[in-house]
This record gives sequence, structure tokens and C-alpha cells, in this order.
Amino acid sequence: MVTAIDPSGPTALPLRPPVHLVSPRAVRWWQLRTLLTLLVLLLPQVVVLLLLGRDAPGWLVPTAGATAVLGVAYGLVVPPILYRLHRWEITDDAVYTMSGWLVREWRIAPISRVQTVDTEGGPLQQLLKLASVTVTTASARGPVTIKGLDAGDAAELARTLTETTQATTGDAT
Amino acid sequence: MTTEVDAPAAVDTPWRRLDPRMLIVSPLVGLVQLLPLILILLVTGNGEVERLYGAGAVGVLVIGFGVVRWRTTRYRITTDRVELHSGWLRRQRRSVPRDRIRTVDLTAKLVHRVFGLSVVQVSAASGTSTESSGLSLDAVSKAEAERLRHELLARSPARPVEAEPVGPPAAELLAQLDWSWLRFAPLTVSSLAGIGAIAAAAFNVFGELGVDPRDLPAVDDATERITAAPLWIAIAVVGAVLLVTAAIGSVVVFVVRWYDYRLTREAGPAGPATGTLRVKRGLFTRRSLSVSEERLRGVDVIEPLLLRAGRGAQVRALTTGLTKDAQGGALQPPAPRAEAHRLASAALREHPPEITEAPLRSHPPAARLRRLSRAVVPAAVLAGAAFGLGAALDLGWLGPTSLLLVPVAALLGHDRYRNLGHQLTARYLVTRQGSAVRRTVALQRAGVIGWTVRQSVFQRRAGLVTLEAVTAAGKGGYPVLDIGSADAVALADAALPGLLTPFLAPEHELSDGGGCRRRRG
Repeated sequence: MVTAIDPSGPTALPLRPPVHLVSPRAVRWWQLRTLLTLLVLLLPQVVVLLLLGRDAPGWLVPTAGATAVLGVAYGLVVPPILYRLHRWEITDDAVYTMSGWLVREWRIAPISRVQTVDTEGGPLQQLLKLASVTVTTASARGPVTIKGLDAGDAAELARTLTETTQATTGDAT
Repeated sequence: MTTEVDAPAAVDTPWRRLDPRMLIVSPLVGLVQLLPLILILLVTGNGEVERLYGAGAVGVLVIGFGVVRWRTTRYRITTDRVELHSGWLRRQRRSVPRDRIRTVDLTAKLVHRVFGLSVVQVSAASGTSTESSGLSLDAVSKAEAERLRHELLARSPARPVEAEPVGPPAAELLAQLDWSWLRFAPLTVSSLAGIGAIAAAAFNVFGELGVDPRDLPAVDDATERITAAPLWIAIAVVGAVLLVTAAIGSVVVFVVRWYDYRLTREAGPAGPATGTLRVKRGLFTRRSLSVSEERLRGVDVIEPLLLRAGRGAQVRALTTGLTKDAQGGALQPPAPRAEAHRLASAALREHPPEITEAPLRSHPPAARLRRLSRAVVPAAVLAGAAFGLGAALDLGWLGPTSLLLVPVAALLGHDRYRNLGHQLTARYLVTRQGSAVRRTVALQRAGVIGWTVRQSVFQRRAGLVTLEAVTAAGKGGYPVLDIGSADAVALADAALPGLLTPFLAPEHELSDGGGCRRRRG
């Protein structure tokens, strides 16, 4: 189990992980999202249980219990792992990110090909003063997103990236 | 009326109108589309005057729309933009920067051809989704369309717009239709489309005549005979009929689509490699697709299973900013494989071994296991389900028959592994994958604008990754499936030197020493 989340090891990619971690508050963000998903799955079951009382199908109590246990376990275990696996780095030449858990993903985009830089954040991210930065290139498959950054850091990052990319000319295809 | 009160800078480029013949063509097209409505109005009643008036009003409206459309549509080409203003109640202003123009398509439907007109479709790369990505001039005269095409594709906006083109540029013929390629038509997906087209046409004809095919004595008789015969004969007869229909239909589709196909290269204004590839084709609707060589990022040789079995292939261009209706940039109808590779090499000005016929490096044995398990496991699950279902429904043959799926899946998985391959040549990254549809992609290394590496839990155990070359052309990304993780990084690093180098693991060389561990953060 430990090797599955270990970024090094015999079969690992010979790339070093990006330098920066995202904001530590991102753990809370992932946990809140897990909580919301859990509620969406659990509430209907609980409502049915309460409404039907004794008439409720017998398997509903175990499934509701299992949903709750699995959801809580996921919320406790996985977000800290995600926090360690989500990393980013920006050099003068490239944007480099690492993300994902079961399917891991490394993305590298040259700064000279960057077309737009967006910052955005849903209600949960705003609540935690977090933001995501999306760096778009000319490719439909190319956007590089860094999620769960501190909102201030994200704005600063977007500003420097925009300045760098404006210095490069051409249409970046 | 003709005086423009626009910005002073615009004074020197006059606005132009669509061809006056559109005053006839667009009402004509409109009337044809509304013909059912008009017919219903005229035919259903007992010749009441209101119905005549109604039909007349529809006709007048259509003609009025055509006139208004022509009067309100103006376009012009300035030194750095193409502008199109249209609409009366809802005005539309589209403007495309000339240096973003990727392709200029000319399309002439049958009506347009009768009147010597052509629709000019300009498509451009859009930086953001909100920016308009192109415009279409529907329609201008054929000569004007040709002139616009040359003017817009010549990528030198500084050139004075009014300068007359110095004659048609020299065109080099790269390929043209060989009627023996018709044999590949039934091997393509369009054979399925052929069934649909023929069935739809037949039902339309029956519908128009007000005949239910089941009422025809011959059909009725045939139906009776088939239902009376044993099941396997019925299946065989229906299968044979479908097969013949598919074959005929696909040949018809092929001819309509590819009649008088020619691929030419027109020399560019600034020496070699700045020319334009031009595909012309079509029986009723003539299409001309132009791809600027500067926009060409590579080719994709596609071999669907049937076509591959018939030793055929089809070539597509990977280019930035192709419109969706350009059939994905098909450069050629389905053709013999050797011809497809020859065409790819002619289009890219490279020797075949440098691009799609490069000797490919095969992928590690772990990839074979992965391809096999990904094919066989779902098949085995399906077979298991079939046994369960067979027992439940008392259909004893269901389970054993479904066991056939497993060897088929195994063959498919094996073939998928055999087809995996990649190679880096002087200027191209070549990758191949797929069994049901085998695709060999040659992508210009200079056209790669980033990398994505993906690794699932299973791939991690097998030491494999999927490396995707991100590009602005075609589908946006072309994966190298199940390549060894060290090979993936080496390949990406070699293809675009420098980009990955700062991110290489320091103990890169020692990566086989599994004991060394490193923890960050």
C-alpha cells in the first residue's frame, strides 16, 4: 500500500516531483468535497429509512452504514495523500505539474506556448481562500491546472505568468 | 447609399457584396427547403383562394429574405483582418485576424455550381473559446472565391491587397483518383452509412408514392417465404441482402464523395515549404480544402480492421484549425497501403522511413500482458454473466457460445500489442497503436507543445506509462501507449531537447537500484 503512493521506487518515472506543494488548506477542501459527496449519497438513504420506518428494505441499513464508514474513511485517509501528490513548479521555460492519485498525471507545457492564464475558484475554494490556476496552450488537450493554491499566491502566479507570456510573440501553435 | 461613414483607416478598403446571383440562388434554396410546406398548402385544400395566398406569401417572404440578406451582407479584407457584416434585424459583425487563418475551404453545392458560385469558409485558430473561429461567405463567384483563397492563404498581410495575383501559382499534382480504389469502399465504415442511405432512400421513395412496402406482393411473398424457412436460412438471406446493400451503398457514397479527387500542391510566395496542399473532390457538391504547409504538423495513417485486412489505408492531415466538416482533414480516399504511405511522404516532403514507415520500436513485454488482460478480462466477465443469464433464463446455449468471446478478445489483445510502437526520427515522432482501428501518427517534433504522462495503478506496477504528445493540430494530443517509464522520459527529452531536462530525477542513471528512496516536502 505504501509503495502505491510512493513517488520514488523501481518502476517510478525518472522525473523528480515538482518543487512546490499546494496550500495546506487544500486538504480541508478535498475533505469538504468528500463530505458533500457523502451527503449526496447518504441523505436519500436516510430519508427513505426515516419515511418508511419498519417497511424499509432490510438491506438499506447496511448500505447506509457502509456508505458512511467508507466516506469517512476516504475523507480521513485520501486528502492527505492527495496533498502530497499535488505539486507544481514554474521555471522560466516551463510549467510542470503533478496530480492524481489512482491515475497519476504529470504535465509539462513550455512557457513559450502558453496562450491564456486563468484563475478560478468554486464556492468551496473561495470559502477556504483557495484558487485554481489554469494555463491554456493552443492544444485542446493541453490545459494545465493547478488546484488548491492559496488565493493570493494564485493571483500572483497568474500575474507573473501573464507577464512572461505577453513577452513572447506569435500565436503559439 | 454606397458612401461609408466608417473609421478613416477603413476608407481605402472598400466593402464588397456577395455575388448578385445570390439574389436568385438563396430564394431558390429557401423555396426548395419550403417546398413541402408550399405543396401542402396548395394540394390539401380544394383550391381555396386563402391557400393560394398563403403559398404566395411564403414565396414572397423567401424572396424578400434573400434580397435583404444580399443587401445587408458585406465583407472586406483589410491588411490585417477579414471582416463580415450581415443581418438586418440582428446585426452580426465577424472579424478574423488574417494571421490566424488556418484553412480556406471552397464548397459548391449543386445549385451553386449551376450558377457558377462558391461558398468560402475561412477557419481560424481561436485563442479563446469566445473569439469567433471563422466565417463563411455564402456565396461569391468562382473566380472571386479562387482570388480570395489565394489572397487569404498568402501569409504576407503587409502585401498591398489590391495587387493583382501574378497568374495562378504553379500546382504540382501529388495524387488523383484511381478507380481501382473503389474496391476499398465496402471495407470502410461508410458501408454502414451506405445501408442507412439506401434504406432511407428506398423508404422515402415508397413514402412519396404512398406505398407501404409490406403491401407489395413481391415483398409480401418474400416475407412469407423467409418466415416459413428455417431460422438459419432466414438469417443467411437477410445477412446477404444487408451485405449487398452495404457494398452498393458504400460504392455510391465513395463516388459521391471522392469523384474527380485531386491532391495538388501550389507553390508558396516565399520558397518551398510555404505552399498549400489542396484537396478537390465531390460529384454533386464540389469541395476544395486547402491546407497551408506552414500549418501542417504531420499525418495520420488510419487502418480500420476491414480496410487493413484488404491492405488498404487512409491518410489524414494533422493541421491546426481544421473545421469539423472537413472530414478530419482526409487527404485521400481509402487507397492501397503503399499508396497511402507514398502520399503521406509526398505531402510532408519526407522519405517514408522518416515518417509513417519508420521501423518502430516495440513496447516492453509488460505492455503485452496489459493489452491481453484489458481485452480478456472484460470478455471473461461477459462470458460469466452469460452463463448466469443462461441458467436463469434456461437458455443452455448462451453460456458456452459466449465462451467464443474469450479467444477473440485474446487475439484482439495480442494484435493490439503487436501494433504498439514508437520511433523518433530526425524531424518526426512516430507512434502506432490500435487494432480495430490502427493509427500510425507521424507528428512533427517542432509541433509538440507539451507533454502529459499518465500512469494508472496497474501501469505503475508494470512500470509503464502513457506518454501523450500535446499539439495544437488534429485531436490535440497523440498518445504513446504503455511505454516503459524510463523510455517515456528519454523519448520526450530527446524529442524536445531541453524542456524536460531540469525536471529529470537526479539519480536517473541509478533508477534500477530499487532500494533508494527519497522523500520530499
